[in-house]
Amino acid sequence: MKKCLVVDDSKVIRKVACHILETLDFTVAEAEDGSQALEAVQSESPDVVLLDWNMPVMDGMQFLKALGELTLEKRPKVIFCTTENGVEHIREAIDAGADEYIMKPFDRETLQSKLQIVELG
Amino acid sequence: MEISPSALRALSSILEERTGQRLNEGRQWRVELALRPILKLHDIDSCETLAVRLTEPGSESLRDETVDALLNNETYFFRDTDAFSTLPQIIEAIAAHRENTKKLKIWSAGCSTGQEIYSLAMQFREDRRRWEGWTLDLLGTDISRKAIARGQEAVYSQFEIQRGLPAKHMLQWFEQRGERWHAHDDLRRMVHFRRQNILEAPPPGMFDLILCRNVLLYFPAANRSKALDWMSRVLAPDGALMLGAGETVLGYCDRFEILPGARSLYRLAPPEKHQLAIGA
Ligand SMILES: C[S@@+](CC[C@H](N)C(=O)[O-])C[C@H]1O[C@@H](n2cnc3c(N)ncnc32)[C@H](O)[C@@H]1O
Ligand SMILES: [Mg+2]
Repeated sequence: MKKCLVVDDSKVIRKVACHILETLDFTVAEAEDGSQALEAVQSESPDVVLLDWNMPVMDGMQFLKALGELTLEKRPKVIFCTTENGVEHIREAIDAGADEYIMKPFDRETLQSKLQIVELG
Repeated sequence: MEISPSALRALSSILEERTGQRLNEGRQWRVELALRPILKLHDIDSCETLAVRLTEPGSESLRDETVDALLNNETYFFRDTDAFSTLPQIIEAIAAHRENTKKLKIWSAGCSTGQEIYSLAMQFREDRRRWEGWTLDLLGTDISRKAIARGQEAVYSQFEIQRGLPAKHMLQWFEQRGERWHAHDDLRRMVHFRRQNILEAPPPGMFDLILCRNVLLYFPAANRSKALDWMSRVLAPDGALMLGAGETVLGYCDRFEILPGARSLYRLAPPEKHQLAIGA
């Protein structure tokens, strides 16, 4: 089974995302901010990270940059999932190495299609 | 609010008369929900009243709106990733026989709001050098006026744009204006649209590839046969037909046969396999 790390400071969003992911046959792990997520990518080795942008402690963009500096056996795919819905944010994320981008709100089909795009669907 | 059996029958028969679709059990509960905006817009108090209004003279445009609302227009970009990833190969195989004309004609029948045919257009443009000097004729047709108008307009909501469309394509082919995403003109110009009922005479010309995906499933068997029969008459002898993931020609039309090794793809069967022609 594929594993997804869900990173979001909102408990509700994590719950919704985890639920959808489970219906898509993913196992899930959760983190509340970027720094927890950095630990979790190492301990959990997820295949993909669903990443919020705005979070306390360490935001999504800082996480993405830090992730690039880690030496990992297998780099997870990164899908931003955020209310930052401007095209300049999307461009910034893709330029920084994100694999995909979801604008909140999202539904099951959106998440499923983005997972397929990063070849995990 | 419950819809009465007689109103449901009246509305179903209007839908069937116009589109050939039948409301199956599973879709009936949605009727009231689907029609609610129309009731509100025209200040009509119930589906029963609407059904009566539709029988009155001068109700043409109300009929159109009602039928539109009852159609399922669900679609998204690159729907069924597997299908889209096999298409370039199929298109190459057909194009190999078109070197003299350098022309490809592709028809998306039941194209809804355009995502399917624009996906194909983007796929062609990804490979821009390959198709230099070629005339790519991409046509989308649908019975719904509203859907066709939206396809022509090529403006999508945030919700629609991210369904199936890779972020890179969003950035490359669309411009964000507020919450809406407008396709660039050079993408829009690659595709044309027209209103058409797949149970009636097809658009003119012969097509190299016909996509008719997630449309036939709404039809009773006889109309599946009818639509497939029309398509078989305008598919080039070496062309291909692609249906939706859960759909088949088998049992509906023997003018097609499975294209070996490909999912949801069919080609014309040689005439000796047309059992109906012999039996009839
Ligand atoms: C579920 S959508 C499928 C859209 C797209 N092909 C896809 O697979 O994503 C079905 C479409 O078929 C259209 N349709 C229904 N009956 C039709 C008919 N008789 N002739 C042409 N289009 C029809 C509907 O209006 C709707 O837009
Ligand atoms: Mg947040």
